[in-house]
Amino acid sequence: MQQIINFILRYKNFILYLFLMILSLGFTIQSHSYHQSSFFNSSSWIAGNIYQTSFGITSYFNLDVENEKLVEENKRLRKLLFNKEEPYDSELDSLQLTYTISSGKVIKNNYANPRNYITINKGEKDSIKPDMGVITSKGILGIIENTSNNFATVQSILNEKSNINAKLKNTNHFGSLVWNANTYNVVQLIDIPRLVPLVIGDTIVTGGMSSIFPENIPIGTIQKFDLNDSKSFWNIEVALFNDMTNIKNVYIVNNINRAEITALQKETEKQ
Amino acid sequence: MISNYYFINVIRFSLLVLVQVLVFNRLNFFGFINPMVYILFIYWYPIKQNRAAFIALSFVLGLCIDFFSDTMAINAAATVTIAYLRPAIMRFVFGVNYEFQSFKLGNATRVQQFTFLALLIIVHHLVFFTLEIFSFANLLLVLKKVFSISLATLVLCLLFGSLFSVRKE
Repeated sequence: MQQIINFILRYKNFILYLFLMILSLGFTIQSHSYHQSSFFNSSSWIAGNIYQTSFGITSYFNLDVENEKLVEENKRLRKLLFNKEEPYDSELDSLQLTYTISSGKVIKNNYANPRNYITINKGEKDSIKPDMGVITSKGILGIIENTSNNFATVQSILNEKSNINAKLKNTNHFGSLVWNANTYNVVQLIDIPRLVPLVIGDTIVTGGMSSIFPENIPIGTIQKFDLNDSKSFWNIEVALFNDMTNIKNVYIVNNINRAEITALQKETEKQ
Repeated sequence: MISNYYFINVIRFSLLVLVQVLVFNRLNFFGFINPMVYILFIYWYPIKQNRAAFIALSFVLGLCIDFFSDTMAINAAATVTIAYLRPAIMRFVFGVNYEFQSFKLGNATRVQQFTFLALLIIVHHLVFFTLEIFSFANLLLVLKKVFSISLATLVLCLLFGSLFSVRKE
């Protein structure tokens, strides 16, 4: 017994180090295979508020550019609205909507890591829940992963764990949108069959398979493509429409039917 | 005098966390270089203090950074590693000198200080990026990141080190 205590006392620093190292490795490895931990993330009260304060100070510096972007988007939406054939007030019946939209602002953005998360200033109070889609005026941004009362973290499309259904515009050939952690303005579209004709510059949009994003939200254009190792699918490099380094105003998309869709899919898988 | 020590370290701790999180994590020089200046805390921490407390404190420091940057516990793992290895690195750099009571970081030569800092940064970044990227297929990416970001961190830490140098007592 004496010897055991002596041993512990002699190596107490090493044991402490080992303990802390295993603890942090545990957290890290767990997050590689599962979701981001719901405890250690920047949507928490302290981190969120510090980012919010810093955002409050720095947000004035690029108001002009942001206003320009919003005016541009308004112009585009007005054009769509005025050129629509049927009268648009019937569309606004809230009982028939599939998607509801709320707005938010990015208070923390990352794009240099392999697993990037964005923090926005809307949370459970604004009825934001995990697995809602986040888009900007130019294209998709990511999926809500964790929420606190006032803040939420978004798993960016620049995240190795991100996997989003996408397709070629005006066709129904779909694949998965992933990121290889190399450059922040290029993502990869995989699993498009070889027989699909591709042209550099083709537009990639979100597909209809996802219950998170509406169909036809722009993602980017084809920059380069070649065959994968098995020679039966294309590996496509997609240049993003969004400038991921400069994002401020975002929209959170909620699919009202999502719960029903996922429940149905789960039931089908069980059988 | 003792309370002064604690005071300085608490201030240093919180300032380094804030500077790291609000300034250097957003630098994105060349799109991926975010220097980690908070390593200066390990570099500046008094030598003749309780070692276990130092290791625990470093863990908390890393965890604070992780908390803000959504990196799980990778910073904590890297920081706790250099905190544990610090005495070994010091023995390597300063020789047996550092075991004496009178040894102060400020009294060591410039080259020794530089080597000590560089070793801390390289070990930290190696652990950090190995864990972050977590695959041997991307070994080149790990080495590229370790090399370029170590360089950036080193330059910034040297600048900070000369701005807020430890007083020669």
